[in-house]
Amino acid sequence: MVLADGYEPETLNPLLGFGEEGASKLFDGLVEHRADRSVRAALAAEVPQPSPDGTTWTVKLRPGVKFHDGTTFGSEDVVATYRAVLDPAFASTVRSNYSMVTAVDSDGPTTVRFTLAYPYAPFVHRMVLGIVPSESVAQPGPLERSPLNAKPVGTGPYKLTEWRRGDRMVMEANDDYFLGAPKVRKLTVVFAIDDNTRAQRMRAGEFDGTALPPLAANGMTDVKGAQVIKHSSADYRTVVMPMNNPVTGDRAMRLALNYAMNRGGMIQALLGGKGQPASTPIPQALPEFVEPTAQFRYDKEEAARLLEQAGWVLGADGVRARGPQRASFSLMYPAGDSVRKDLAQAFASDAKAVGVEVKLEGLGWEAIEPRMGADALVLGGGNPFDPDLKSYPLLHSSFAANGFNNPGSYRNAQVDAALDAGRKETDPAQRVAYYRQFQRAYAADPAMVFLVFLDHTYVVRDGWTGYQEVVDPHTHGLTWGPWWNVQSWVPKG
Amino acid sequence: MSSRARDIAALALRRLVFSIPVLCAVAVGVFLLGAASPFDPIHQYYGVQIFNASASEIAQAREALGLNDSLVVQFGRWAGGLLSGDLGVSRSFRQPVAEVVSERLPWTLLLVIVGLVLAVLIALVLGVLAAWRQGGWLDRCVTALGHALEGIPPFVLALVAIAVFSLSLGWFPVAGLTDAGAEATFGQVTSHLALPALVLAVSQTPWLVLHVRQSLLTSLAEDHVTGARARGLAEHVVVLRHALPTALLPFVTLIGARVPELVTGAVLVEEVFSWPGVASAVVRAALAVDFPLLVVLSLLATAAVLIGSLLADVAAAVLDPRVGVDG
Repeated sequence: MVLADGYEPETLNPLLGFGEEGASKLFDGLVEHRADRSVRAALAAEVPQPSPDGTTWTVKLRPGVKFHDGTTFGSEDVVATYRAVLDPAFASTVRSNYSMVTAVDSDGPTTVRFTLAYPYAPFVHRMVLGIVPSESVAQPGPLERSPLNAKPVGTGPYKLTEWRRGDRMVMEANDDYFLGAPKVRKLTVVFAIDDNTRAQRMRAGEFDGTALPPLAANGMTDVKGAQVIKHSSADYRTVVMPMNNPVTGDRAMRLALNYAMNRGGMIQALLGGKGQPASTPIPQALPEFVEPTAQFRYDKEEAARLLEQAGWVLGADGVRARGPQRASFSLMYPAGDSVRKDLAQAFASDAKAVGVEVKLEGLGWEAIEPRMGADALVLGGGNPFDPDLKSYPLLHSSFAANGFNNPGSYRNAQVDAALDAGRKETDPAQRVAYYRQFQRAYAADPAMVFLVFLDHTYVVRDGWTGYQEVVDPHTHGLTWGPWWNVQSWVPKG
Repeated sequence: MSSRARDIAALALRRLVFSIPVLCAVAVGVFLLGAASPFDPIHQYYGVQIFNASASEIAQAREALGLNDSLVVQFGRWAGGLLSGDLGVSRSFRQPVAEVVSERLPWTLLLVIVGLVLAVLIALVLGVLAAWRQGGWLDRCVTALGHALEGIPPFVLALVAIAVFSLSLGWFPVAGLTDAGAEATFGQVTSHLALPALVLAVSQTPWLVLHVRQSLLTSLAEDHVTGARARGLAEHVVVLRHALPTALLPFVTLIGARVPELVTGAVLVEEVFSWPGVASAVVRAALAVDFPLLVVLSLLATAAVLIGSLLADVAAAVLDPRVGVDG
């Protein structure tokens, strides 16, 4: 099977973020996600459960699993992997996902015990981290020197046979895979950055599948023997409204802009209809968590009314002002990201319609970072597995201005309380109640203007059975997308 | 060893010794430029994970990577590693620099050597024919085209070549080393090499062809050629055996002087054709401010230029005993 991808992974090391959300093909976590977002045991023998107080997770390991190099998998590998993530000397880039872990210990050769600083209900979703052999992380030091980056040794359904950078990656089936040898024996991923090139080569029959932007994918519906597939995602695009800006720091302004946005229009015009409107970070992909009263409708009159009420008076030049303060601010977007650029332009034009001036600036991340606290920014991200994983760092006050987390320094005591309660609660129904409460508190005092959840679109050639629709995380391509479970696909005929 | 051979060996040795300070200056220069650039290597290290990391973790990672050390310490660490044979780790490829270079250099050498050989062949054939029939239609075409091509940068040439020969005519593959998923067999590589090598050759040809034509015209007017003609020798013997050899000497020097242009051309051509060589790695390393890789590639390019001009000078000295070797 030959797939084409627009993004080439920089590294295949799970500790540097490869397959952060699982489905890495080369590595396995203790658990893995299923199509319905629930987890099932992978390298664990059964789905791990927390202790009654929620701070200790004991994991029984699957016996008889071997790494690609033939060595036996055991608790020392799990302990070594997680300790390497936590040890600053390794400079692992996924460390922030595990900040609640205080200790990882081996309890015999087939049992591992995690000790957490506080009860953390969604911890099981973090156990998708790919386990690497303990020998590969025996020597502390920055992971940029790790041989795993280019020559991964995992337990996964596929082994890497060749990686020609900038060109292609070849994987072959791991016959010793503990869930049975994959039927798709050879997987080649070709890297072709340009969307049009990929579309042309797909049309010419070079590939069995690829990811394409919505508009390009819509043009592929006439290709014989292939179909266009759409995946919903938790991948949001939002405009961060920094609290330290005299315009965006005003609650009425943020509320009004949320009402002023024609989200449906953006999805039709910019995304070819492939997207969902977003009002909060909770995606439709988590239907039980979505609070229906926390969704913003498109209502310019309401926006104007809110602004008038807060003292923002329309001036002669069509821009509102409150006293000496003009309703005008800068919106930064990463130059080179065409979707964010389009959304930024749509945001500016919808804001203009209610008398708010938005000055656009396409910049590099280096230039954006120092200005995030004072200027608005188009940001993206998302995780479909649990609302805590993304909402907490994005909106909790403890993460204010902490790296790219909560860049606008949003602080809302009610939001904080609901997010704190949700991550510690283990009862599923009660958790849902907390996250709905969080969304209501957020919608009354929004920190941002969420615009859309992007759909991911793919073209897939026929010839296999086993495809299962899934909700994509922010990342897609080699790991997620239609081929997330390619190890259980079967060639037709 | 004759005294002439000894002089030439001394020239080579002298040049090699002089190249050491040049290479050091390049290394320091690239390092300072990297330090002065606004790009932060921690972004490269983290990639998209930067959006989830907390400020304290990023600070600790900086510490672990040694990015907080002073410039002098960082440079000293790198230079010390170099002396002990460790070229460092490329941040943009997440791979040891030595591995990046050893994987990619052969493909670049293949492209550049084939391109240079093609350029020399085209230049010799067209230059000789143009000078031979000076003022004829071929001469006018070659001269006009040569001057026009001198002004066209290689990447424009590459894009036009792709548009015409790959997309419209479908004669050559668009890019890459092989077709998707194919092994790097001889046939595959040859068909993918043809267009980039040709583009590289054509981008270098104008200077060479105009030079061959000019120096052949000069030597055709010289006394020994007039003498050969007066002896009634056949025209092709006069041109190829009497005029051409004297015209070729400065040509050898010119090829040496073209090496820097060839390096630049290779960077642009590799980038446009997604050729997996070191030259396209230069672009990636530069965009990522991947200092360990960037400095090694800059040193390679500098070395290529120095060696190119040295070889040309040695060749000129060997071919023509009149050439002085005290430079």
